[in-house]
Amino acid sequence: MAKYLAKRAAAFVVIIFFVSLGTFFLVHLLPGNPALTILGPNANAHNIALIDKQLGLNRPLWTQYFIWLGNVLHGNLGQSFVTRESVVSTIAHAFPIDLELVVISQIIAFAVAVPLALTAVRKPNGRFDRYSTAGTFAMLAMPPFIVAPVLVLLFAVNTHIFPGPASYVPLAQNFWSNIHTMILPALVLALGSIVIYYRLLRNDLISTLQEDFILMARSKGLSDRRILLRHALRPSSISLLASAGINIGSLIAGAFVVEYLLQLPGLGYALVNSINQDDYVTVQGIVLVVAVAVVLINFLVDFLFTIVDPRISRD
Amino acid sequence: MTDPAVPVEPMDPRSGVSTRAADAVAGAAVAAITEVTDRRRRLGWLFWLSLGWIVLTILAAIFANVLPLQDPNLQSATLNAGPSTAHFFGTDQLGRDIFSRVIFGSRVSIVVGFGAIAIGLALGGTLGMIAAYYRGTVDTIVNAVSYVLLAFPALVAVIAIVTFWKASLWKITLIIGIASAPLIFRIVRAATLSYATRDFVMAARTLGATSRRVLVKELLPNILPTVVSFSLIGVATVIVLEGSLAFLGLSIPGPTPSWGNMLNQSRTGLNTVPGQSNPWLVIFPAAAMFLFLITLNLVGDRLRQHFDVSEIKL
Amino acid sequence: MTYPPAASDPQSAVPLLEVTELSTSFRTGRGLLKAVDRVSFRLGRGRTIGVVGESGSGKTVLARTVMGLLAGSNVEKTGSVRFEGQELLGAPNSELRSLWGARMAMIFQDPMTALNPVMRIGRQITESLRLHLDIDRSEARATAVSLLAQVGIPSPEERYGSFPGELSGGMRQRVMIAIALACSPRLLLADEPTTGLDVTVQAQILDLLGSLQYERNMAMVLVTHDLGVVATRTDDIVVMYAGRIVEMAPTSRLFSSMAMPYTEALLASTPRLSNPSHTRLAAIEGRPPDLTALPPGCPFAPRCRYAQDLCRRAAPPLVTAERPDHLYACWYPLGARTGPAPVSHSVSS
Repeated sequence: MAKYLAKRAAAFVVIIFFVSLGTFFLVHLLPGNPALTILGPNANAHNIALIDKQLGLNRPLWTQYFIWLGNVLHGNLGQSFVTRESVVSTIAHAFPIDLELVVISQIIAFAVAVPLALTAVRKPNGRFDRYSTAGTFAMLAMPPFIVAPVLVLLFAVNTHIFPGPASYVPLAQNFWSNIHTMILPALVLALGSIVIYYRLLRNDLISTLQEDFILMARSKGLSDRRILLRHALRPSSISLLASAGINIGSLIAGAFVVEYLLQLPGLGYALVNSINQDDYVTVQGIVLVVAVAVVLINFLVDFLFTIVDPRISRD
Repeated sequence: MTDPAVPVEPMDPRSGVSTRAADAVAGAAVAAITEVTDRRRRLGWLFWLSLGWIVLTILAAIFANVLPLQDPNLQSATLNAGPSTAHFFGTDQLGRDIFSRVIFGSRVSIVVGFGAIAIGLALGGTLGMIAAYYRGTVDTIVNAVSYVLLAFPALVAVIAIVTFWKASLWKITLIIGIASAPLIFRIVRAATLSYATRDFVMAARTLGATSRRVLVKELLPNILPTVVSFSLIGVATVIVLEGSLAFLGLSIPGPTPSWGNMLNQSRTGLNTVPGQSNPWLVIFPAAAMFLFLITLNLVGDRLRQHFDVSEIKL
Repeated sequence: MTYPPAASDPQSAVPLLEVTELSTSFRTGRGLLKAVDRVSFRLGRGRTIGVVGESGSGKTVLARTVMGLLAGSNVEKTGSVRFEGQELLGAPNSELRSLWGARMAMIFQDPMTALNPVMRIGRQITESLRLHLDIDRSEARATAVSLLAQVGIPSPEERYGSFPGELSGGMRQRVMIAIALACSPRLLLADEPTTGLDVTVQAQILDLLGSLQYERNMAMVLVTHDLGVVATRTDDIVVMYAGRIVEMAPTSRLFSSMAMPYTEALLASTPRLSNPSHTRLAAIEGRPPDLTALPPGCPFAPRCRYAQDLCRRAAPPLVTAERPDHLYACWYPLGARTGPAPVSHSVSS
């Protein structure tokens, strides 16, 4: 167990290192000059050289990287040339919104997908199974940027059940109106996750139900319901967890889309704004934070595996 | 739709027919055998219908210039109109014909979707076969690299690149293609590995066939079903990715129509003030994209079932 | 209909288990597969019956059908299974569930796969205790620990919290026995309980089963492919081939005067500790027949060294030998044959 976790932790550090490297060089090797952005129409060779020196852009790239990395490790992601705001404070304001969106959407997704799969496998290929499998299949073709406008059209524009764009209320200000504004975007995000979780769990449950230990559980006289919940669900949750980890990537994409559409001031909204303003320091900071968050979540999922399935750490 | 691999031959060498066939909660297993074999023989009308739709969409995209369509960028006097005989799908807020824009817009999705996967296959697919065939150090290194690259969220990477390297159709295709390579590498590697140790490959190798010959003549035909079915689902995924970018205004800039930027543009149509919203601007590109995505997924998934490719654990 | 011999049953006129003309078929893509074909036998309280046969002879399906574990739209069952006078075939699931684990229990072939890998073994025992016995958590725990001790698991208190993967094969089989015996069932169906284990552990597990059975006056159906296993531990033996009973007799009787060539072949293929270590085992030639396409005659004929024309044309009925408790299905039984002399066989006590 300890050895397994140590190995995972080592891999985590290596991947984070590469992610930082990637983020840094991505921004620095690509065309585009921050001095031009800062100076705007006043750009001339002399001014550019001045700014470059000020920002340390005239030093070798590797030196710049380690200076940057040192700053990052001290919690300093730099300062925006455009808004003059510190990138850390921009992210600190925006990040909780993404977190809340993702958490609510995952609660919805699991609350729908797990009971659906458990009901479907009671009669594999039965009517319920066929309909819910076909239904979730259709959802596969409904990414957030399709669903979000349609749902906004239905629930915000035409019926006013949920508030429309630009009506974000901070959580601290009013809990219930905050939740009210978050349900529609969270629902959009949840749809994609429901498909993935349902399909995986259904298939894994069906193969788990063929195992000898399920027959053993039946021979103890346990009810079907108890066998499903106590014996089949847990060994079938591995791929579900793994996919929940991988799914984070597409959740972020989805979160960006709904934030942009509904003008929720989350990371996605901030990212698109900074891109439109050529604010590359902020873009770099957000990219780094999101990438590290994704890697961290995958690491946590790995750790959860060892709790759910004791076989893993032993292999 | 995805059934677990049901053993077609129910004989278990140790305990005979009993163990597999008897597993009771899944008593459906044996019944499913017949169903699965039936289903595997025929692809079904839904498959052919879906394939037909995909082909139709692609043909429309290719011949959009020749078809009797209005100029997608022509601004007529009727703004935000509903469907009519003059404009089948209505017009947008600049008075452009939505029907024509939906058809021309399919070009972006199709080029990016199929182009990116082709690039991904060329890169990741080749590396995957080579790594799985030669194993050893090459495999270890490429494998490790693919894990690191996979940890990097694709959308964020693509956004970061696009930010500093302004988007165009070919750049977007190339970037997404490269971003898809690690995943394709994993799929192709896993598929090749499962065949590389089989007898017929061993036989070919011991008979002195060149490595290139074994790879192309023995391995490629066997992994092709896996690759084709996953590629179609991959095309759908890429189209979604490009759509997300376009929706955020980060993909191909206007006035070139694409399904994603039409939906982006529709945001202004989603006005909560009554009488100011134009639902047609949302509905038609959304429907076009939905149909294309669901048919791609369906065809890919049916092929996967047909060739009995299990969802490889990556 | 030839009626099977009644196992001596001093306690009650109704035998504990009475199986009559039981058939089980699976509908498959290749047609109807008759895995168990008109099987009848009786089992008295506290007695042991051995069901012996090769892989694919239908013995596992028989055990599972008796238990009632086979269900599904693709399974067809006919005949009768009476447990303590109660008909089990066609009984509703709820009725069966109240029997399962409480009055009849099953031990499975492979302890590696029959225990839930992600549930602590203690929980796997207390689960059925709490379901059937209406006892509280701590009482169930105490019972489970004492059960683990009874099946010979060292430091049962610690093992209570182990996962199956942390135990050896033999230990897992002991845990499975503890689970099966938790509620002191009247009948235990043991399906190849020792197949995956090495020979010394096999003997230990079988001895353990025997002594627990004696203490609890529990009846047992011992399913195995190994005649050696049932030789000393059963009262009666049923030999199965292609889903049918081909010979049935009290154990000592079967070994002293076996009538069926298949039984003889099975015995010849049984490893014995008394043999020198490199004795070649006579494997039975050929494979068991395809159950969806049985030959017209005796199903064993294609592999039988004594087979004659009649054997290939007509299936022999199950008939009584000189003694009424000895049945066999063979046109030319061993001993009565005017053919090649049967090989002599010695039975290790």
